[in-house]
Amino acid sequence: MSTMTRPVTEPEARTSPDATPRTRPRGWTVLLWLVVAFLFVNLAALVLSVVVDSFGTRWFGTWLPESFTTHWYADAWHEFALSHVLLVTLEVALAVVVVSVLIGVPASYVLARRSFPGKRVLMLLFVLPILVPPITYGIPLATLLYRWHLAGSMTGVILANLVPAVPFVILTMTPFIEQIDPKIEAAARMCGAPTRVVFTRILTPLLVPGILAACILVLVRTVGMFELTFLTAGPSSTTLVVSLYNAVFAAGIRANQSVDAMATIYTASMMVLLIVALRFVNPTQLVTRVREEPTE
Amino acid sequence: MTAGVSSGTSPAGPSTSRFAELRLEGVGRRYGAQTALEDFSLSIKGSEFVALLGPSGCGKSTALNCLAGLLPLTTGSIHLDDRRIDTLPPERRGFGMVFQNYALFPHMTVRKNIAFGLQMQKVARAEVARRVDEAVALVQLGEHQHKMPGQLSGGQQQRVAIARAIALHPPVVLMDEPLSNLDAKLRLEMRMEIRRLHQDLGLTTVYVTHDQEEALSMADRLVVLREGVIQQVGTPQEVYEQPVNSYVAGFMGYRNLIDVDVTGGDAEHAVVEGGGLRLTGANRGVRSGAAVAAIRPEDLVIGETDGNGIEVTVRIAEYHGRELSVEATTEQGRSIYFRTPERVAPGDRVVLGVPRHRVLVFGDASAAREAVRAGLES
Amino acid sequence: MTVGLDRAAAPRRTLRHRLADRGIDRTLWLVLPATAFVLVLFVYPFIYGLELSFQPLEGGGAFANYKEFFSDPYLRDTIWKTMRLALPAAVFNVAASVPVAYAMRGRVRGKRTITTLLVIPITLGTVLTAQGLIMYAGPRGWLNRTLTGLHLIDQPVVLVHNYTGVFLSLVITGFPFAFLLTLSYLSGIDPALEKAAATLGAGSWQRFRKITLPLLAPGLAITFTLAFVLAFSVFPSAQMVGKPTGATRVISIAAYDAAFQKFDYSMGSTIAMIMAVIMLIVIALVMVWRATLYRGATGGKG
Repeated sequence: MSTMTRPVTEPEARTSPDATPRTRPRGWTVLLWLVVAFLFVNLAALVLSVVVDSFGTRWFGTWLPESFTTHWYADAWHEFALSHVLLVTLEVALAVVVVSVLIGVPASYVLARRSFPGKRVLMLLFVLPILVPPITYGIPLATLLYRWHLAGSMTGVILANLVPAVPFVILTMTPFIEQIDPKIEAAARMCGAPTRVVFTRILTPLLVPGILAACILVLVRTVGMFELTFLTAGPSSTTLVVSLYNAVFAAGIRANQSVDAMATIYTASMMVLLIVALRFVNPTQLVTRVREEPTE
Repeated sequence: MTAGVSSGTSPAGPSTSRFAELRLEGVGRRYGAQTALEDFSLSIKGSEFVALLGPSGCGKSTALNCLAGLLPLTTGSIHLDDRRIDTLPPERRGFGMVFQNYALFPHMTVRKNIAFGLQMQKVARAEVARRVDEAVALVQLGEHQHKMPGQLSGGQQQRVAIARAIALHPPVVLMDEPLSNLDAKLRLEMRMEIRRLHQDLGLTTVYVTHDQEEALSMADRLVVLREGVIQQVGTPQEVYEQPVNSYVAGFMGYRNLIDVDVTGGDAEHAVVEGGGLRLTGANRGVRSGAAVAAIRPEDLVIGETDGNGIEVTVRIAEYHGRELSVEATTEQGRSIYFRTPERVAPGDRVVLGVPRHRVLVFGDASAAREAVRAGLES
Repeated sequence: MTVGLDRAAAPRRTLRHRLADRGIDRTLWLVLPATAFVLVLFVYPFIYGLELSFQPLEGGGAFANYKEFFSDPYLRDTIWKTMRLALPAAVFNVAASVPVAYAMRGRVRGKRTITTLLVIPITLGTVLTAQGLIMYAGPRGWLNRTLTGLHLIDQPVVLVHNYTGVFLSLVITGFPFAFLLTLSYLSGIDPALEKAAATLGAGSWQRFRKITLPLLAPGLAITFTLAFVLAFSVFPSAQMVGKPTGATRVISIAAYDAAFQKFDYSMGSTIAMIMAVIMLIVIALVMVWRATLYRGATGGKG
């Protein structure tokens, strides 16, 4: 029936124009991308106006500022004690990352591998801190931390930020661990490896990509976490976001441009973090494992 | 693993087993209300090759995992000679294990995979290298030893898995359907290989499989399981020729199961009638009433034998080289399967015969049918 | 030996066996630190807050704070104001993410770049978004200048320091999350299903409507929940680009004011608890809807 020379796949795929749902530009997609592009241009302009302002001398009622300068950055650096704030931000974020991974990964191992009475309740317990917005539990938590004399200190800020971070690590790592064949651990045990060695020499190397991804995401979330830090931080333990927010509300005394300069610094550092993050994580893998043809 | 063991024995030469008896006593495993394994008692001698056989879900893998320590028991105990081992975690039992999907460490080279267990035993580095070399040679993986598992074919991965398990010179090697992911040709080859390793090294092996042919050809003893309960323990010959019940018979290839009524006979022989047939067979514990006569296709011959004659019409004849595999029907439409070296063709009418002792008459028909189905599906 | 055998045969089993039966072993210790952590720093504060909310500063019985909240229109109306912002924002974010994610499924050129671009707004954070909105969409910003320059409008449109400003900021920060989640759920649907539908003669709209959307719906329910929670707790942007004393005095501002401006921790906790309850009600409603959906999709018990 078919001739020998006929290449099989291509013509068959084309016999009917609708036979394959391959994404070929259709009317609605073109329109969609135009809308998305339009909105994106607006968003870019939005960001750009902040950046332009942070470099401008005086900008009032014109398309562009009168002239450009970088002295707002120097001002912001001194006025807002940015070197200290950045250091605090970094310390808080790193502490949260390390502790949440140390606490979260073992827990997600158990959740991925075992079934035991009360597992569903425990799962719910770990989902809630992510589901419930920070401000809700942040207020009583901050009240408690004040009572324990921890609020205002770095410890307080770190503890508060750990509340969503630990469950976040658990939720991202559990599916990741699930996809590692438990037989590999069984094999290691049969080779005589005790639990500790199974963790250090077998699981950890296999989990590195997942842990790295979780780390970066926790880092991004912590650096960007406004509410919890805002509620628990004192003058010496303020992170960049909170300091930025405070600066906006103190803007009466300070030039708007130095606030913008600070916002630009904040956004630039977040963007670097996120772009690094996206190099390690396929963002869609966070919910389900992607089932795609292995191209790209 | 003691120093005395690892120093002298060479894996190439036959090693005497280091224990006399591995004993499972009343081992059971439940998952909530569901029982996967019940009252599993078995004594395995040193250097023996035991196959656990049954369809999927019969509890054979559960038994193996309990033995390995990967699944905690919910009843019973396991003893290696006089030492109770079911309380030990798997890493302290010192058994080797080969998994169905190989379970190689994907981030380690072939050599490192094999060396892993030795490193866990804190074997000196030079000794590790020597024993890895041996194991690599034993499974003929020399040219692949620096590759990662992902770069190997299924058969090669299986060799690595075996090498990893035996590099430790374990007292017992557990194999969980190790060949089921390989294609048919490779499976035959690896079967010989495993048998050869077992003979050369004198390794006590517990081998789980759903393939009756594999079990028969490799094992010294078979354990047939059904729904978590042992049905029969015996040598391949015993299980094949003298199945204790209709389930084992059905699973061991007694494909012709004929519903009959017992009409006569004594403790040794039973005379049965049904579907227009009258047969005399070996009595397997029936007195009267409904029964099933089980006959293997290869026991049927053309021409009446021992007074047993079945007249059939050939429907389908499959060519299998030296013989034909034939499906035929009796006058009443019952299917009969047989094998014959004679060239019969569809439409031919032949009379089949079978020796009396090759017709097994059991009481329980449904179990046999279930087993035949399970055997065909697995 | 006989003793051991007798014991094995007896119905009484050892503790080890009983624990094994229920799946309990030493590995479970690993879950303990995380559990303790969540209990101490999440559950306990919550209970503490709940308790605190029943101990009003000025007395008047356990429910005084709740009574006050629901009788004072300035407080009570924050619920309505928050809902008016959060619900449309969540619906918009989810609804908008579906076509974008749908266009991105399968192999699309530059998929990774587009995803990155769409996700980047997460990094902006509420503060920069607010600041940017004020600059760009303010009366003298580029947007209004362009629009007046093109003679599309005569007067600058007021987009900030009102409801619109907060809504826009919620979309900018919320859309990337909704998009990411929707894209993940969409990627979880086997593309072969749509191909199968195509071979059976379904057109592209029918494939989306009859195959993809029903399979996506449970995921969309989750996405909506998260988008709603995110929008419901809006705080900084309501302060910065909204009208924190008027149209966008959302419930979180009320809670913050009570706790940290008036130092009435009890009232602050009361409002936080009310927030939690409202949120849980919405989540529960969505989940109930999702449950019916799921059963229908799998064929149900019929």
